[in-house]
Amino acid sequence: MAGMELLSDEGFRIDGRRPNELRRIQCRMGVFAQADGSAYIEHGNTKVLAAVYGPHDIQGSKGRAAVHDIAFINCQYSMATFSTGERKQRPRGDRKSQEMTHHLKQTFDGAILTHLYPHSQIDIYVEVLQSDGGNYCASVNAATLALIDAGIPMKDYVCACSASFIDETPLMDINYTEESSATPQLIVSILPKSEHLVFVEMNSRLHEDQLSRVLDIAVKGCSDIYHILDRAVKEHLMEASIPLSSDT
Amino acid sequence: MALEIHLATSRVQKDLVSNEDPKHIVTPGEVITADSGFMRGHGTYMEDDKLYASVAGCVERVNKLICVKPVKSRYNGEVGDVVIGRILQVGQRRWKVDIHSRQDAILMLSAVNLPGGELRRRSEEDERMMRDYLAEGDIISAEVQAIFSDGALSLHTRSLKYGKLSQGTLVHVAPSLVKRRKTHFHNLPCGASIILGNNGYVWICPTVNEDTDHTGGFIENTEPVSLADREVVARLHNCVIALAQHRMMLYDTSILYTFEASLKYQVSSA
Repeated sequence: MAGMELLSDEGFRIDGRRPNELRRIQCRMGVFAQADGSAYIEHGNTKVLAAVYGPHDIQGSKGRAAVHDIAFINCQYSMATFSTGERKQRPRGDRKSQEMTHHLKQTFDGAILTHLYPHSQIDIYVEVLQSDGGNYCASVNAATLALIDAGIPMKDYVCACSASFIDETPLMDINYTEESSATPQLIVSILPKSEHLVFVEMNSRLHEDQLSRVLDIAVKGCSDIYHILDRAVKEHLMEASIPLSSDT
Repeated sequence: MALEIHLATSRVQKDLVSNEDPKHIVTPGEVITADSGFMRGHGTYMEDDKLYASVAGCVERVNKLICVKPVKSRYNGEVGDVVIGRILQVGQRRWKVDIHSRQDAILMLSAVNLPGGELRRRSEEDERMMRDYLAEGDIISAEVQAIFSDGALSLHTRSLKYGKLSQGTLVHVAPSLVKRRKTHFHNLPCGASIILGNNGYVWICPTVNEDTDHTGGFIENTEPVSLADREVVARLHNCVIALAQHRMMLYDTSILYTFEASLKYQVSSA
């Protein structure tokens, strides 16, 4: 990446954002009729679909491994073959997807009130349609919206955001170009009301002294995302409940 | 056919701030009240003496009990509800039934009316014959008999109005859209019967004769249904879907009015 400036002298990033700005987020809830809950989200050029089924009876061999007094959360992360610059051979089941699946499961195990649904299973299916960095973050945010749409009880929203550190400046919500250059990457998901961290991942190296600054900007990004999601959920609720109220 | 199409941008944005909605809408993690004098209902949880919402929906208060009702959720069974279900599995003296609940419901062999009268001993013969009574994929109407401690439901069909359903169509809608009434079985004057299951499954079939046809469903009627009857059933099917799409409550009158309103449209062959 010689000659490519990730942060210009004027303080702008490669896609024209300032260091503390998110990409544009657009989202929709209830995109599928068949699923119990579904959502679609765009973080700039990263586009993700999520569908939630359940809670329903435990199906298949997974039931044997599950603990019986809480709900079992089954995740599947997949990337469409056309989602990346180079066509992917395996949309799911490769190491990277498996790891992401595991991360998603861990994240939502901490947020969903699983003890309310013993002997049940909740399926979360996430599909990345277009990948431009921050796939985990977009997946988590989409899955949160889908879970809310399905009416599954959660402690709080789960919001995820990434951050990086370039030229002594912490960057919020990094895109693919920034992700793939040799820069540190911090991925954080939080419960925004209590600011509890549910998931933190760090790639590449970052000096200890800078960690708190990068963490702060990632958490700031999460709470910004929370406000966008909350507004979208409230708008969706208004639309869905107004005709209902006139009749009952 | 005239269609009205809006661009996403031209859609009217309802202003959240200025809208004086009497309903209290909350989202997960929002504090409903910091007052500890309230009781925790469904859709809420308590932390540090504060009551938080755990689902997105509107707050309902009954005296000291606070619940949050989500717009959409799986069916939460209550004893006495009429449900429509599909047999999934035949097991030891029981059937497993899908009723769109969070767990499969159970229909015990001892909770069904077997052909040949009420006062009959259930023998091993019956256990072996279970698949002849109800096989996988059959649709039944039943009533919720009990709720187990883990939330699973137990059903019964110990009345001649319940039992196997033979010819008709099944429509899935959100359980919250089915209005709770005294009766959920309706013989509509348009020539069809409708069963509105509390679990959001709606069964529409040509009118059954109450005196002769309520046999608990063990005598299957496989006579061909006339075209006129099928048209009525299909029209009702579409009416129910249309009502559900606009989130209108489903009960006999609303369905009948929709049916009457739809009569000016002819069936198209396309």
